[in-house]
Amino acid sequence: MDLRNVTTPPSDRERVAIDRVLADHGFAETDGTPGRTAIGGRSAATRRDLLLPALHALNDAVGWISEGGLGYACERLTVPPAEGYGVATFYDQFSFEERVEVVRVCDDIVCGPYADQLIAGLDGIEVERTPCLGRCEKAPVAFIQQPGFRRTEIAPASPQSVLEGEPTSVDTHIGVIGEAVLLARVGSVDPESLDDYRGAGGYQALSRALDEGADAVLDRIEAARLRGRGGASFPAAAKWRAVAQAQGDKIVVCNADESEPGTFKDRVLMEADPFAVIEGMTLAAYVTGAERGFLYVRGEYALAERRMIDAIEAARAAGLLGEDVADGGFAFDVEVRRGAGAYICGEETSLFNSIEGLRGEPRDKPPFPTQEGLFGLPTVVNNVETLVGAVAITMDKDGNSKLFPISGAINNPGLYEAPLGVSVAALIEAAGGPTSDVQAVLVGGAAGKFLLPDDLEVTLDHGTEPPLGSGAIVVFDTATDMEVIVDRIARFFRDESCGKCVPCRVGTIRQVEALERLGNGGAERETLDDLAAVLRDASICGLGQLAAEAVQSALDLQLIGGRSD
Amino acid sequence: MITIDGVDVQAPVDATILEAAAKQGTEVPTLCYLETLTAASACRLCVVEVEGARVLAPGCSRQVEEGMVIKTRSPRVDRARRMVLELLASSVDLSLAPELLELAEEYGAAPERFGEVRAQVQLPVNIDNGLYVQDLSKCVLCYRCVAACGDDAQHTYAISVTDRGFGAVISTEFGVALPDSACVFCGNCVAVCPTGALIVTTEYDMRQAGTWDEELQTVTRTICAYCGVGCNLDVHVQDNEIVKVTSPFDHEVTAGNLCIKGRFGWSHVSGPASPD
Repeated sequence: MDLRNVTTPPSDRERVAIDRVLADHGFAETDGTPGRTAIGGRSAATRRDLLLPALHALNDAVGWISEGGLGYACERLTVPPAEGYGVATFYDQFSFEERVEVVRVCDDIVCGPYADQLIAGLDGIEVERTPCLGRCEKAPVAFIQQPGFRRTEIAPASPQSVLEGEPTSVDTHIGVIGEAVLLARVGSVDPESLDDYRGAGGYQALSRALDEGADAVLDRIEAARLRGRGGASFPAAAKWRAVAQAQGDKIVVCNADESEPGTFKDRVLMEADPFAVIEGMTLAAYVTGAERGFLYVRGEYALAERRMIDAIEAARAAGLLGEDVADGGFAFDVEVRRGAGAYICGEETSLFNSIEGLRGEPRDKPPFPTQEGLFGLPTVVNNVETLVGAVAITMDKDGNSKLFPISGAINNPGLYEAPLGVSVAALIEAAGGPTSDVQAVLVGGAAGKFLLPDDLEVTLDHGTEPPLGSGAIVVFDTATDMEVIVDRIARFFRDESCGKCVPCRVGTIRQVEALERLGNGGAERETLDDLAAVLRDASICGLGQLAAEAVQSALDLQLIGGRSD
Repeated sequence: MITIDGVDVQAPVDATILEAAAKQGTEVPTLCYLETLTAASACRLCVVEVEGARVLAPGCSRQVEEGMVIKTRSPRVDRARRMVLELLASSVDLSLAPELLELAEEYGAAPERFGEVRAQVQLPVNIDNGLYVQDLSKCVLCYRCVAACGDDAQHTYAISVTDRGFGAVISTEFGVALPDSACVFCGNCVAVCPTGALIVTTEYDMRQAGTWDEELQTVTRTICAYCGVGCNLDVHVQDNEIVKVTSPFDHEVTAGNLCIKGRFGWSHVSGPASPD
């Protein structure tokens, strides 16, 4: 491969930013031999996974990605510039025009009613509307990106708090029905103190695993029927067992790309109990024999990312990550990788491609991640909550406990924990009840389904209707225009489709258009049903397969489209 | 042993559903798939029903498994294919993809139901070099050109899919003109394009002038004289003039690929006589 590099040189700041991030990841400009420079070449081609960190470094340092900057990143990593550009343009957070700063204002289903007013108050500032930023309990939410590595989450956001760049406080309201298992330490331990975590029972699960052996951990997790909490409800023990039985190098990935509208559970766990996430990954590594771990956190979770990086360093310093974890005779370490604004990267195979420095497009399954995952190796990929659940189960806690982020027209929006099988009504009551008459409740985020007020006694569990999804619950009152909400959900999928497969690339935009015609009195049900069918049946991944679920349920429940039916 | 449309079929373990079906004599329609390239499984036209599976499976990339029961036609399959064709026909200019238009008719696709006001791929025709034309309003994003330019044939990596969703488009880095990119003008992307989004300039010009007529053309197989590799050439001649050179996909040396000389270096044949 004889690459043609970009001829525009990088600025000094761009060069320094890239050299630094590559060196931080163990890919120095030289191999240490005096007088010898090792730029590019074969060794570089194996570090394509550093492309995304390099793009972040550019965008963080100078606020945008210039031709010279991207060209230098590609040259250092032996990535063809066209491919580098294809990867960079995949993500929302990167700009290709020079800019000073950008304020992203959430206009999704929870923050939407506030967005126009907030944006109007930010006159003269570059504002981009963005899908859910995952702080719905404190809507409205904004996220500021400034050159010089400054990223700030603001919730609740007002023109004043945005202009002052006042970072958000972390105190998400929490509530528990029954016993606190997943939230046991949230709010009561210092997330920056490993000692605090240990004092509250932290790392006892790993000790127990080391005492009893990997099989005992697997058996316990299997018996507890722990199922994936990212939305797919896949049995965790089955993944772990499959990877444990595989030969050769293996990987543990924590999927912290939580981007489902209305969902903020993983964020709270990472911000308030980061060591539990690391302990969960370490347990998975011990059980499966994986030595490398990656935590892929969404690019808008600046505080959660900081907390995770700090916790990883603290755990490493204490010998809880590294060559000999907890003197248990096994090696494991974790790298944090940051997403850059793409909901699709929460899909596990897209996440792998994103880490590998490719476009975040999904892969066909099979092969499944446990067979060929990240870097083609057998991979355990678990959601943050699943991993924390595995830690609790190892200590004989209830594996049935589930997190429910509740927001919208509710008196005490926040994160709630309850045993699976809980009713939506009970959760709404635990959250202080609705602020006024309920028109509808959305369960499971944009990929979920609506419920009517009369149906709230329905219980939530894996494999039952409505699908549990991420567990997100958003309450809409009778003052809400449901056409606006459903349109926002349809636009969300249109905007977040990666574009690889025809059903999703074109189907999601046709769905938005058909809804608009429906709102104007058109008879569109058949078209919408056909779109739903091809999305569900023929899309490559879960994004497309679920892109019509909420729309269909809104139609079925006559929350929209009443005039044409 | 697997079952395809009710018939028991033997297939090698690494065969795809498409290959197994072809062996049995069942044709499954494809668009993005090409034998010489890695399957992208992007278009979803070749989806089939696999008993017990939650969703349809892409025939081009899904490998057969012992005991698999496959239906290559069913109401569910037909609906998905009709919709894929409808979605493509509603968004992209398929005028140079007659086979696709025939399929759309066969499956009863009705793209007009998506209304007059609908998003369509509308990009200016790019003529930035003398050898081939990019008309991306005809692009169905099959990924073939990217594969041919990259890992599957040329290893030049001049183009990539850029941006996302409906805005995704084939591009060079920062959209620079092809002569300023890594492009070596082998034309292997043109060779694999199924919809005329990439087309050699002679063909483009003649189509614009209304003089392109494949019925008047002869195709002569010969061997490229430039070097010793032995690439086969299919020389397309109309009115005693060479109008295009392609290479057969089923040839074991070239698999449809050529270099700039073989594909484009023929204008001297009918050019002015060299001076004495």
